[in-house]
Amino acid sequence: MLLALMSLELVHIFRWAYGLLADTGLPALWVLLISYALLGAIMFGVLAVLALFLVWWERKIAGHIQQRFGPMRNGWHGWYQTIADAIKLLQKEDVTIDARDRFIFFWAPVVCFVAAFLAYICIPFGNGLIVADLNIGILYIMAVTTFTIIALLMAGWGSNNKYALLGGMRSAAQVVSYEVPMVASILTVIIYVGSLSMVDIVASQQSFFTWFIFRVPFGPIAFLTYITAATAEANRVPFDIPEAEQELVAGFNVEYSGMKFAMFFLAEFLNMFTVSAIAVTLFFGGWNGPWLPSWLWFLGKTLLVVLLLMLFRWTYPRLRVDQLMEFAWKFLVPVTFGNLILAALMKYLGWYW
Amino acid sequence: MPELRTEEFQINMGPHHPSTHGVCRLLLTMDGEKVVEAVPYVGYLHRAIEKICENRTYHMCIPILDRFEYVTSMSCNYVFSLAAEKLARIEVPERAEYLRVIMLELNRIASHLIFVGTTAMDLGALTPFLYGLRERELIMDLFEMTCGQRLTYNYIRIGGVSRDIPPQFVPKCREAVRIIGGKLADYEGILNENPIWLARMKGIGYADPQQAIAWGVSGPVLRASGVKYDLRRDDPYSIYDKFNFDVAVRWNGDNYDRFLVRIDEIRQSLKIISQALDGLPEGETRAKVKARFKPPAGEVYVRIENSRGEMGVYLVSDGSEKPVRVKTRGGSYNQLQFLPEIVRGRGYLIADLVAIFATFDVIMPEVDR
Repeated sequence: MLLALMSLELVHIFRWAYGLLADTGLPALWVLLISYALLGAIMFGVLAVLALFLVWWERKIAGHIQQRFGPMRNGWHGWYQTIADAIKLLQKEDVTIDARDRFIFFWAPVVCFVAAFLAYICIPFGNGLIVADLNIGILYIMAVTTFTIIALLMAGWGSNNKYALLGGMRSAAQVVSYEVPMVASILTVIIYVGSLSMVDIVASQQSFFTWFIFRVPFGPIAFLTYITAATAEANRVPFDIPEAEQELVAGFNVEYSGMKFAMFFLAEFLNMFTVSAIAVTLFFGGWNGPWLPSWLWFLGKTLLVVLLLMLFRWTYPRLRVDQLMEFAWKFLVPVTFGNLILAALMKYLGWYW
Repeated sequence: MPELRTEEFQINMGPHHPSTHGVCRLLLTMDGEKVVEAVPYVGYLHRAIEKICENRTYHMCIPILDRFEYVTSMSCNYVFSLAAEKLARIEVPERAEYLRVIMLELNRIASHLIFVGTTAMDLGALTPFLYGLRERELIMDLFEMTCGQRLTYNYIRIGGVSRDIPPQFVPKCREAVRIIGGKLADYEGILNENPIWLARMKGIGYADPQQAIAWGVSGPVLRASGVKYDLRRDDPYSIYDKFNFDVAVRWNGDNYDRFLVRIDEIRQSLKIISQALDGLPEGETRAKVKARFKPPAGEVYVRIENSRGEMGVYLVSDGSEKPVRVKTRGGSYNQLQFLPEIVRGRGYLIADLVAIFATFDVIMPEVDR
């Protein structure tokens, strides 16, 4: 069993299912579709469990930072608390308001959820554990995660609520601003790899000292600017102004309840995992590591970055909306572009390893 | 390109909103994210406390007034007892006065600890709230040990206090003083050294001292604007003139100073408690007061320094068992009225408004009564 897990490759599963179905004599298109559906179901299952785990983990960390225990009642240290919560949310009545924009209100959580999942198509979870190794991998991820803004804007507009509208507008302004330094930080790595493919990025950091975080000085700077922009991208404290509880009650999701709310909520945690996974792939050597299976390395590193984001959340106050913009445009953008030029110069002059 | 048409819109902040500290409704006129005008609408928590008191005997009024300002209900107990004692000219035993001062100052610290926590929470930092409550718990334990209650104490009675402190109170209180004194440095560490916190607090919500006095603002909000006015020093009641303490005062009048003034006040209160514990005399804890307490006819106004400013009771008696009129005054009411002045026309964002509201430390039961 362990051996099977260690040699787990999604491509193998796909081939195995494809081979099995091809023998039954179904039309080729059907075989292909069913095999992809199987792959999708596996990904969905893994990610849903992951999101539930992250919610539980965040609550435990918050509890321990605040000198309490967090969930303790359901199972060992409350491990199935979030599962119980998810079941509760599924059963809840879907309360909606009459004045909503029906179409937009309904589709906003769906778009948000799907956008959060789409990014996982080209994240390398381990050696060979990637759904599709697109040659524009990182660009693709940046593109689909930006769908989240559209979802938040839709939620803000469709709710016909001023708080929600303010939240949606804030999120649009924020994500658009922070996309710039985020992409510039990523470009710093891309210059050295020479490829946008996630698999190539991981392959270029095989030994410990070639991880980009150790390529001083531009690597650490790029990581710091990336993680700052990524915190904003994932709407986390200190940049969580779209849903700032103390100002906008709940921001864009103020009118959502039941499973629609849960979709926003899980998407937020998946986004957090996505940005951490990108950070690990770009700066911490992805799934590279000795002895342990590659997917375990990837998961461990990513959870460490997630832990960092959680520590931010439970220690910092929130920035004001104008300070947030100032920080992005007056500080982060110049720093990241300066760093990008520095990295490019060093590459040109050959001062790197 | 055609000119974009924009317009101001109105938004209801409250009555149920996470950061209005109770059920306050602020009608905001917004220009995008900017607050043009904020008008408070009060009355959602009106319980007719003053009217209820008119139908109760003097002793029965005290637990009712516990609910007047439940974050520091010792002060409410005290201010009513003080009024009744002044009407009936009752001498309070010295030990009772010392116990009252200890309880009042402990309650002031508890209130300011909640302030520290809720202010941090209103600015988005959720953890300091729990830290504030953690230290407040030490004080709550002391109160529970003394009078069995943790929120509405009904401890300070006409003529003294309801019962003496248990023997383990003094060592436990000294330990609480030591722990809280040490933790204050932690709050300053987690908040005052954080650039985000400073950016949100410094220079925001300037309260002009002249204007503040004109609006009847008192307490820490006034002292943060540089007015050194504290009833404990300027109009001493109980035995406050026996203790050596400073009036905490800051000069800038912004959010940050309102926060610092309260931290300083916690320090001063700890100082007073230590002195009171050292000087605590033996003896009676309550003067002889009849169960059917009938003060002579007359009227009296007393005022004390509460954690939210001047707290007063105007009491009219016609010589019967029940007061004819009980009028209460709380600091929050004036501060809430002052809020629109601070916000108007300065282009603050909604986040600033939340911060200003938090540092004014308005609590709604005191406003609505």
